[in-house]
Amino acid sequence: MFGRSLYAVFAVVAVTATGCGGGQDAYASIVDKAKTEKKLVIGVKADQPGLGLRTPDGSFTGFDVEVATYVAKQLGVEPSGITFKETVTANREAFIEQGQVDMVVATYSITDARKQKVSFAGPYFVAGQALLVRADDAALTGPEALNGKKLCSVAGSTPAQKVKTEYAKEVQLQEERTYSACVDRVLGGQLDALTTDNVILAGYAAQHAGKLKVVGEPFSTEKYGIGMKKDDTNGRKAVNDALEKMFADGSWTKALQASVGSSGFTVSQAPQLERY
Amino acid sequence: MDALLTEGGTVLAAFWMTVRLTAVSALGSLVLGTLLTAMRVAPLGSLRAAATAYVTVARNTPLTLVLLFTGLGLGANLGLELSDDIATNNFWLAVIGLTAYTSAFVCEALRSGLNTVPVGQAEAARSLGLGFVRTLALITLPQAFRAVVAPLGSILIALTKNTTIALVVGVAEASVRMRELVETYGDQVIEIFLGFAAGFVLLCLPMGLAFGWLSKRMAVTR
Amino acid sequence: MTYANLYEVAGPRGVRRNRVLTGVVALVLLALAYVVYVRFEEKEQWAAAKWAPLLRADVWATFILPGLAGTLAAAVAGVVLAGIFGLVFATARLSEHAWVRVPAAVVVEFFRSVPLLLLIFFAFFGSYALIGVNVSAFAAVVFGLTLYNGSVIAEIVRAGVLSLPRGQREAAYAVGMRKGQVMRLVLLPQALKTMLPALISQFVVLLKDSALGLIVGYDELVDRGLNGIAANFSNVIPAAILIAAIFIVINMALDRLAHRLSRPGTRRPAKPALAV
Repeated sequence: MFGRSLYAVFAVVAVTATGCGGGQDAYASIVDKAKTEKKLVIGVKADQPGLGLRTPDGSFTGFDVEVATYVAKQLGVEPSGITFKETVTANREAFIEQGQVDMVVATYSITDARKQKVSFAGPYFVAGQALLVRADDAALTGPEALNGKKLCSVAGSTPAQKVKTEYAKEVQLQEERTYSACVDRVLGGQLDALTTDNVILAGYAAQHAGKLKVVGEPFSTEKYGIGMKKDDTNGRKAVNDALEKMFADGSWTKALQASVGSSGFTVSQAPQLERY
Repeated sequence: MDALLTEGGTVLAAFWMTVRLTAVSALGSLVLGTLLTAMRVAPLGSLRAAATAYVTVARNTPLTLVLLFTGLGLGANLGLELSDDIATNNFWLAVIGLTAYTSAFVCEALRSGLNTVPVGQAEAARSLGLGFVRTLALITLPQAFRAVVAPLGSILIALTKNTTIALVVGVAEASVRMRELVETYGDQVIEIFLGFAAGFVLLCLPMGLAFGWLSKRMAVTR
Repeated sequence: MTYANLYEVAGPRGVRRNRVLTGVVALVLLALAYVVYVRFEEKEQWAAAKWAPLLRADVWATFILPGLAGTLAAAVAGVVLAGIFGLVFATARLSEHAWVRVPAAVVVEFFRSVPLLLLIFFAFFGSYALIGVNVSAFAAVVFGLTLYNGSVIAEIVRAGVLSLPRGQREAAYAVGMRKGQVMRLVLLPQALKTMLPALISQFVVLLKDSALGLIVGYDELVDRGLNGIAANFSNVIPAAILIAAIFIVINMALDRLAHRLSRPGTRRPAKPALAV
């Protein structure tokens, strides 16, 4: 019976494996979905302290999560109706296009290339590239001081290359797969600094209060937007309205302060929305 | 094809890195794998136990984690610095990781090769007064090698493909370059993939053929 | 196996010498372990704060178990589909018709040569250009695992069939079986049985390889478990040790299974394999 039962098992599991399809939503805009279903699926980062972090109790915390929760509430969705889903840099556009998430709030920089595939509300934060160094490191004050030092960045990101070409030709670049790995090596002293957007760095500085600090005036601008389906004009407008309200009633400042304030990161002005 | 043509130089450089990683790690794995095999059949219980434990751990851990341990464990925490230059340092850390992983498979192959050598061979060697080391090195291992040429070829091909995981320790080989190209030239994903796939086929197919031919030529007729 | 035939049974002096040498080797190994221990101690890798979280129930519930479920789901789907792929292409490569044999050989050799990482990456990002649909991370991972391992399994099965005595095939034809029946009822079952250890070690490879799903953000053990835990507690090394241990335990269990199934004449006499 060995052969026949094996075939049978293969056949059964093959049918079940191929039989499951992806989720589809029939709504033209997230506004409609929020209104009718009182539910939204929102993509956030899961491994960035201070912005989007999955905590051991299974919930998500961070500034991006606060913004998402506020916006959802304005669209008529209570926190209990929100499902947060982890997105990584590589799959954000795909998740939106497939309808696996209704919107993405995940340190998602607005760029022209991305606007071809998805549309953005916001920006809800304007970040700038900076450096994360050990708190007792007095010599490293900015990108110009990096000559001869070792700088960490995450694989596939351009910021580190920019430091090398524009500020410090003699810097040595180390690529890691995750920010946590970079932070580990800066803390351990094998590398001197980590570069990426200041607010991401501030999240780590807050997590390791007293051991790490953010230095350097921001030397670039990254506008974080809320991504959604490309043709969802209504959704974009509604989310922008929600953000406007968040900036105006002080919730924005409070959320930022609560998420990364303990790092000593100074909270900047709320950004100007770019409606289009 | 534009992307591959305009970026041809960097693509070739990335593949050159793949070849170098493969070659050096292959050499390392062969040496370490042979040593491990010798340890596993040695008269000393502690050597056998150490080698067995090592092979079990290395063989059953995902390569991603093995490389993470060499990068963060050896490099960052044990302070192993092989070069002042980060790129060179990462290259050697990747070689150590790939060697540590692949040698376990080489050891398994060689050990099964030893099983194919008739008992009489070793007994004859011993009756001539050869000790353990010389019996192994002069009589049984050479025959074992000849029996496992084909499996060793498969391991080499697997190693070639596994070098793509060296991105974990920050080595810019072919797969890293492919990701960068896909990010820049999003409209040419298929061409880029086929180009890189062709590169790997060009590397691996001749290896497969060569080892197939070699295994027939080297086979011990009994 | 002890390979005792490689060396003489030690006499009284030899036994003494071996004992001393065993002690020396053990000492050297212990010294090595001690150095690692001390170095890790210096870097505070043994700190309770880094290990304690790994024992918490909520950490397991949020990170490790969902990650394990993802890894196992991808592995099971991969094993089944790769098994089918392998059987089909092994049979095709053994066909007497060149128009079946040659294309099958090309497909198998191609997928045996292309790294899994490239396949997963391509499935995820190329699917839209190729078939007009974005596939999920799970589908991309299973696609890669199926083609890559399926082609290896095809070769294993083919080698198994070729290794069978010619008499098996001839006898089957002699009792009047058709080509398909000979393959399905006589050759494949025997080949699968003799090749079981090789098949199971390939399944171990497949299980480990599912860890590469992290490249497209698939929720498996390394991404969800390792990165998720490390982002909360910055304990990459302890978390990696735990995750590696989980993989090792599962794979060793598979190995055991392979040994039990392949041990000749003990639990499963040769007869059932033929009694189809």
